Amino acid sequence: MSNTTLRWAIGGLLAVLCLVAVAMPGGESGGDDGPYPGRRISIMAPADPGGGWDTTARALQSTIREEFAENGGADVYNVGGAGGTLGLSQLVSKADGDPYQLMVMGLVMLGAIETNRSPVSVDDVTPIATLTTDAEVLAVPAASPLKDVDDLVAALKRDPGAVRFGGGSAGGTDQLLVGELAKTVGVEPARTTYIAHSGGGEAVTAILSGSVDVGVSGISDFQSQIEAGKMRVLAVSAPTSTKIDGKALPTLKESGVDLELTNWRGIVAPPGITAEQRAKVTAFVQRVVASKTWEENLGRFDWTPFVRTGPQLDAFVDTEQRRVKTVVSDLGLGE
Amino acid sequence: MSALLSMIDPVLAANLLDGFGNVLTPENLLLAAAGVTLGTLVGVLPGIGPALTIALLLPLTFNFSDPTGAFILFAGIYAGGMYGGSTTSILLNTPGESSSVATAIEGHQMARRGRARAALATAAIGSFVAGTIGIVLLTFVAQPVASLAVKFRPEDYFMLALIAFASVTTLVARSMTRGLISLFLGILIGCVGIDQLTGQPRLTAGVDQLGNGVDIVIVAVGLFAVGEALHMAAKLKKGTDDDEIIDPDGDTVVEDDDLPERRFLGMRRKRNRWLSREDARRSWKPWLRGAAIGFPFGALPAGGAEVPTFLSYATEKKLTKHPEEFGKGAIEGVAGPEAANNASFSGTLVPLLTLGIPTSATAAIMLAAFQVFNLQPGPELFDEQSDLVWTLIASLYVGNVLLLLLNLPMIRVWVKVLEVPRPLLYAGILAFATLGVYSLSGSTTEVLVMYVIGVAGFFMRRYDFPVAPVILGVILGPVMEVQGRRALVGAEGDLSVFFSRPLTIGLLTVAIVALVLPYLPAIVARLRGRKDGRKLVFGDED
Repeated sequence: MSNTTLRWAIGGLLAVLCLVAVAMPGGESGGDDGPYPGRRISIMAPADPGGGWDTTARALQSTIREEFAENGGADVYNVGGAGGTLGLSQLVSKADGDPYQLMVMGLVMLGAIETNRSPVSVDDVTPIATLTTDAEVLAVPAASPLKDVDDLVAALKRDPGAVRFGGGSAGGTDQLLVGELAKTVGVEPARTTYIAHSGGGEAVTAILSGSVDVGVSGISDFQSQIEAGKMRVLAVSAPTSTKIDGKALPTLKESGVDLELTNWRGIVAPPGITAEQRAKVTAFVQRVVASKTWEENLGRFDWTPFVRTGPQLDAFVDTEQRRVKTVVSDLGLGE
Repeated sequence: MSALLSMIDPVLAANLLDGFGNVLTPENLLLAAAGVTLGTLVGVLPGIGPALTIALLLPLTFNFSDPTGAFILFAGIYAGGMYGGSTTSILLNTPGESSSVATAIEGHQMARRGRARAALATAAIGSFVAGTIGIVLLTFVAQPVASLAVKFRPEDYFMLALIAFASVTTLVARSMTRGLISLFLGILIGCVGIDQLTGQPRLTAGVDQLGNGVDIVIVAVGLFAVGEALHMAAKLKKGTDDDEIIDPDGDTVVEDDDLPERRFLGMRRKRNRWLSREDARRSWKPWLRGAAIGFPFGALPAGGAEVPTFLSYATEKKLTKHPEEFGKGAIEGVAGPEAANNASFSGTLVPLLTLGIPTSATAAIMLAAFQVFNLQPGPELFDEQSDLVWTLIASLYVGNVLLLLLNLPMIRVWVKVLEVPRPLLYAGILAFATLGVYSLSGSTTEVLVMYVIGVAGFFMRRYDFPVAPVILGVILGPVMEVQGRRALVGAEGDLSVFFSRPLTIGLLTVAIVALVLPYLPAIVARLRGRKDGRKLVFGDED
């Protein structure tokens, strides 16, 4: 190869690298009056890649690509951090009035809004639909002296601070469950010991090392350890029992604690869209979640379908917001 | 090989053979080759390192159906980057990576004396030998360490971070004060963001985007790419003559007064050979010693490849039979540090895979890559993702062979890369860094933060503050804080949690030893009644 050719080859390679670097999500405008979607939809996952919201956004993207691609398909981009409140404030400030900018969110975001004292809240956006739920489990290391929920409740009542709970981020679904559990059995939530981790995976390590007594997380985070016999389930927080390895897991209610809490996820649109636009987006999302590809995604990720829209959704979000606000302040967070 | 492995441990052999089975598919082989080539390219270019490259490629790998391919690619980039730095050091005297600084000392002198080929060859073969030893050690050490790591609690992780800080501040910097200032700057940057345990924002100055903390990529790109480019550009203006690139096939032989003329003529005649018998005879011991030094230092959270490379250089200087050649192109001074450099890479993977603790910027990015695929490195990884782990390890063996095959024959290509005019190169690095960070975050705030850190990195280089402790502070500062607080929360505020288990006490002892060890010669000298005892230091010129 001659000198010049080589220089061009190297220059070309660097240019390609630069192009790769600039390839990033962008939006365009136009075509808002016809049927929805009239152009490509952008879905924000307000978290780093890999978590539940990201997976939900990408499952929506793949469903739209498989079955509704004629109108331009969908992009997914990530705005991670602060329990999703960074993404929320970006949606509010940058996407006002654009029905093609959607964002995945869920119960964790409600907790983060309260815990981080976020200046924007879910009231500032337009809820479209809830999509899925995930059951939460309370699990212990296989050798733990806690045999069932009764043992756990007894231990909590004896000395609330001595039971070390471990789960995901502070103020997230996992800690909300601990707070509500304490309150339901008559223990002051602020006195519970909760050790926050960056996610369920990190919590698993802590549980197995014995530095945490009770792990709290989505069932999928613990599933392989439970199947391997390294962890035991005390209860699931879902309204109905779940099976792992053919064994039914008791719900909290069946164990005598009147408490239900599931980690729901949903999708919202920016503020400033008209009622008509909201109805169109809602109708589209309903078609998406009724499709076969979405069904397959539910199975693949072990999600329970949980679709609420319209006034029913507004009421639900309202209740959940109030509920979260109470638990967060009971736990002494966000002060 | 299978027979040999079976004698040792059938489960390990089966795992590793499965791993090789997965790697030796066309797709994965291609990824490994792409990884090492790209890694060598960015390693050769001063200022762009494997950390930035992996960070930039991270979004692309979302589309991989199987994370294994992504990790094969990343491991290739990491290993290639480690190797590529040596070429720049030897031919240009501008280390591409901080870990290649030690190589530049003797390597460039060798090149100036017409022995560039021998220097490149001893670096390449030494990297291969030591890299392979490192991977073999990784193969055998990883699983036992992972089993031990299951017992690690927050207080133990806290102690690991303490060990890292103790060894870095005392070993890396010529002045402990400078080392500590750098480290605390890093810890300060690491504190920015929403506190993990309480959800409260800290040091964010009301800027929302800082709530997520300062991404390690931004710190690494700012300090290494931007800081380095500004620093080199500033030096460029002074018009030093050291920038001359030496063509390994050319006739450039610098006149030398000190070495016997006859030896020189002898070497000149052998110029076209990569490594003479004499060179090989003088190289193999430094290779092995380098591997012995590099692996444990990479495995200990002591801050990447800088410390072991300088330690290896100092060792070779002490043990050589040709002390008169040191400073004028002693082959031992290239063979040892390069071997240490590559062995430390395999060492770095031990804490990364088994504990989830990154000990270098690149390892921190690889940790982020695991999290992208919803995998948590740590003891559980070996149970849950056994396939991935062993395929990754097998890919390292393959990548090492590919590096050896790729690099010496392709040396002319890398020389061409170096011929890019300096001003264009540095401008290109700045553009690349800016675009890269913007594409990762989609936010100008982060780009600004990167430039602020870059300018800080420029002044740190200018005024001789070590840069490596900053990165370590950013990575391990939060680990230390969060784990320390977790330990305390779990113990309901009882400080004795740090002294109650033998494992924790053992780690604390190691930290104290790491702090005291460099002062031992001074203390011993003092005890013997002499006053001139000096502290052991290893230069840091990155």
